[in-house]
Amino acid sequence: MSNLIKGKKHEWETVIGLEIHAQVKSNSKLFSNSSTVFGSKPNSQVSLVDAAMPGMLPVINRYCIEQAVKSGIGLNAKINNHSVFDRKNYFYADLPQGYQISQYKYPIVGEGKVTIDFKDGTSKDIRIVRLHLEQDAGKSLHDQNPTKTYVDLNRSGVALMEIVSEPDIRSADEAGLYISKIRSILMYLDTCDGNMQEGSLRADVNISVRKPGDDYGTRCEIKNLNSIKFIKQAINYEVKRQIEVLEEGGVIEQNTLLFNTSSGKTSPMRSKEEAHDYRYFPDPDLLPLDINQEDIDKLKNAIPELPDDRKTRYISDYNLSNYDASVLTSDKYVSDYYDTIIESDKTLKDSSKIVVNWLTSELFSLLNDKNIQINNSPVTPQNLGKLVKLITEDIISGKIAKEVLVEMFNTKQDPEKIIEKKGLKQVTNTSEIETIVDEVLKENQIIVDQYLSGKDKLLGFFVGQSMKKSQGKANPKILNEIIKIKLSKKK
Amino acid sequence: MKLDTNTINKIAKLARIRLSEQEANDLLRDMNSILDWVEQLNEVNTDDVEPLANISSSILPHRKDVAKDINSTDEILKNSPDKLEGYFVVPKVVE
Amino acid sequence: MEFQSITKLKTLLNKNKISVKEIAETYIKQIKEKKELNIFIYFNEDKIHDQVKEIEKLSNDKVLKGIPIAIKDLFCTANMPTTAASKILENFQPTYESFVTQKLIEQGSMFVGKTNLDEFAMGSATNTSYFGNTINPLSKNDNPLAPGGSSGGSAAAVAADLCLGATGTDTGGSIRQPASFCGVVGIKPTYGLCSRWGIAAFASSLDQAGVFSKNVTDASILLEEIAGHDQRDSTSSNVKIPSFSKNLNTSLEDKVVGIPQEYTVDGISDEINGVWEDAIKSLEKKGAKIKHISLPHTKYALPTYYIIAPAEASSNLARYDGVKYGFRAKDAKSLDDMYELTRSEGFGKEVKRRILIGTYVLSAGYYDAYYLKAQRVRKLIANDFVEAFKECDLILTPTAPSAAFPLNEQQDDPIKMYLNDVFTVPASLAGIPGISIPYGKDQQGLPLGVQLLSKHYNEQEIFNAAFSLEKDYE
Ligand SMILES: [Mg+2]
Ligand SMILES: [Zn+2]
Repeated sequence: MSNLIKGKKHEWETVIGLEIHAQVKSNSKLFSNSSTVFGSKPNSQVSLVDAAMPGMLPVINRYCIEQAVKSGIGLNAKINNHSVFDRKNYFYADLPQGYQISQYKYPIVGEGKVTIDFKDGTSKDIRIVRLHLEQDAGKSLHDQNPTKTYVDLNRSGVALMEIVSEPDIRSADEAGLYISKIRSILMYLDTCDGNMQEGSLRADVNISVRKPGDDYGTRCEIKNLNSIKFIKQAINYEVKRQIEVLEEGGVIEQNTLLFNTSSGKTSPMRSKEEAHDYRYFPDPDLLPLDINQEDIDKLKNAIPELPDDRKTRYISDYNLSNYDASVLTSDKYVSDYYDTIIESDKTLKDSSKIVVNWLTSELFSLLNDKNIQINNSPVTPQNLGKLVKLITEDIISGKIAKEVLVEMFNTKQDPEKIIEKKGLKQVTNTSEIETIVDEVLKENQIIVDQYLSGKDKLLGFFVGQSMKKSQGKANPKILNEIIKIKLSKKK
Repeated sequence: MKLDTNTINKIAKLARIRLSEQEANDLLRDMNSILDWVEQLNEVNTDDVEPLANISSSILPHRKDVAKDINSTDEILKNSPDKLEGYFVVPKVVE
Repeated sequence: MEFQSITKLKTLLNKNKISVKEIAETYIKQIKEKKELNIFIYFNEDKIHDQVKEIEKLSNDKVLKGIPIAIKDLFCTANMPTTAASKILENFQPTYESFVTQKLIEQGSMFVGKTNLDEFAMGSATNTSYFGNTINPLSKNDNPLAPGGSSGGSAAAVAADLCLGATGTDTGGSIRQPASFCGVVGIKPTYGLCSRWGIAAFASSLDQAGVFSKNVTDASILLEEIAGHDQRDSTSSNVKIPSFSKNLNTSLEDKVVGIPQEYTVDGISDEINGVWEDAIKSLEKKGAKIKHISLPHTKYALPTYYIIAPAEASSNLARYDGVKYGFRAKDAKSLDDMYELTRSEGFGKEVKRRILIGTYVLSAGYYDAYYLKAQRVRKLIANDFVEAFKECDLILTPTAPSAAFPLNEQQDDPIKMYLNDVFTVPASLAGIPGISIPYGKDQQGLPLGVQLLSKHYNEQEIFNAAFSLEKDYE
């Protein structure tokens, strides 16, 4: 699959590296006791430490360290036994200390990689440079007052994992797949809740373009994007912009950009002469973080099955395609749901592909309509399994099954009960079907004659009419047989 | 002379301290003499010496992941020069 | 002058010869009488009376019940404002009590006020304070002297009998040098022995709280009360604190005292070298073995310190930005404008100088040449002491290169001012404990101190040797 983009004069290659900020799932902040709950009243979850009162000191949250280590393991990365917390110094209204505690030279997690899967069944590895722990900043509200900015420090000090990729990504679609994959891994590990709307996962995107085979071009960084849709839009806009500039003989200025979600455009954030100099140095309030191998191994042994392992299992155990398997496993809840269906009845393993279809097309469309997440689905996995079994055992037709599913979705009922109550069970009794067919043939003598004169295609008409008469309940296989036999007798 | 006025002003900008011309000149003199004086460290061979960041030999202590609400909004905002409805208030940030 | 020491006052109190209220009245009167020395930034009679009521309820076994203590105004206190002697913390009233002051309160001590210091503890003469100079109580009328610094107010408060003990902080000599200038005892314990929680930070890897007192026994009593592990300070030591005062003894049998050759510095007066010599002889006479040792990197301690301390300070003082507390400049048009105006009006000259030096040595392109280099030399300095303490138990040096100097004398040349710390800074960089005790006087009758150092957590041996030397003046 070629990712090259045609400009007016040349073909261009996009080069993208991502810095993802994922909020660590924890009860309290990285260096203080205050709560991390989202959406509380302003400045209600702020400790003296978070507000940088004089003489306040950081003490690290052990669980956040474990979460970072687990995440590193999930990214197939090297866990560093020795890491250091540094101060990144800059002034901003929502940065009360005047510095962010982060990790610079010695991050807790080193090099790793993740695999992304394409629709055509191929896949690609994206290399991870590092994952480090750092503090989140507070929130500045600029639009409440014409001359003032309001500051809420509730987020100040919440633990973030910054995950930095190599510039291995070559298109907006790849960037989307990469973020989905990272999100999926972290959610499997339960180290991040993955909620992009609440800002639990956001990304800075570094973009440059080059002619194939050239060195990397000058890059721009688009800051703080919090949806995959916006990330793709921003990338596509920025790539086009850079190509236009270059083809008109201009140069790309290294800049930090903001993406305007309503205009769909990027624009520079800070002027250049104020180039940042963060003056990183080891935080003298903290000692180096040393983790022994034993503790790392303990966490390693407790790592749950991750999307890639699950995908492999689906392919080998259930004969699913690489793409189906990756769609299912990309969301832990979907995948858990699927596993529960298959495990609910041993015969369903042989219908694994049918289960995929009923889950990812039929149930998903109902859920999407009502904007319900799979883990809140009114249809339980057990009931969806029963429904699939009713189909495969010819007790109901696929068409009836769709009606039943809607009923299940609305009433949370067991499919067997619905069928029973509504008398939807398939008719397999041949004499009952024969009666119906006889009636249909009798009512349509002219068409029977046409059929007999050689118009074979009219067979479908009789099937349709008979099915209609049976209110859809006739077993299609038996019905077909009977119609064919009855017609041949008339020849 | 290590520093010039330009550098002093750049450093002052980074540190968010505004200097009058007089102050900048005084600081230029003082800082240059201090930097010349610390230059003597170059006499010391430190080729195989690990930098010492903290003399403590103990390991980094940890906290349990327990959220406690110890400090009220009032307490946090008590000393703020400008506040409104639970927020700290500052002059508009100009991007 | 009735109550010459904590021990003596405690005896009076326990025998009901005096009440907490009477102690309060006595000290309030003395403080008011010596107002012109400008020792206190904050002094409020009512606040003292409020404490008396609480202290009276306590049982007599509280170690510091009723003992008047002065607090360096770098310690955050919940009942008194805290300024760090800076305009930028104008009207700052902490809602919390520092670890050290909390411990003192729990033992029943009475805080008489918050003492003056160099702004954010940056200085050696208590002359960089936003609230003006403190005058050394030993000054003669026509010649006001500096009390040393940065904890000059606390040292002066003890010397002027405005309290029986005082807290200080020592980053490069800020307890030991003013103790020497004011003729009192001052100890800086091992880095990490007292929690830094609630003390406005200057240089986090060097800052250490300690105490001033009238004698060694009192210092040992005070230190054992304020030391101890604190979970809120990640660099706080988790060691058992011995009962320093109970273990005090004068025996120096089998002790080896090292005399570092590098502390014989050009330009040091014969009087200071003479006092040092006297102390050496005294220790030898008392049974200690004297050994000449070398601390080869001593010369580089000051320049190392004047890179590391400002670097850390430039970052530690970034939180003073006018947003959350303290002073905010008026009429700023933007956030950056507000920062720059607030910080240029709010900080004094020396603080600005150090912030800028610190910003420079950490900035891109200079980090390795200055900051990292200094950290490596710091390692060598620390190693010097590790090697030295293989050969000796204690090290004896002068505390300061001069006696108290006239106010305003050293204000213009920063390097000359920095030289005040030449004997105290090496121990700070190594994180080892050090005490200064008065030992002799110069021709003008001004006190001169000697400094005893030992290895990490060996405060007891320092107290013992100091206790023994102190006997020479009883
Ligand atoms: Mg970034
Ligand atoms: Zn980051």
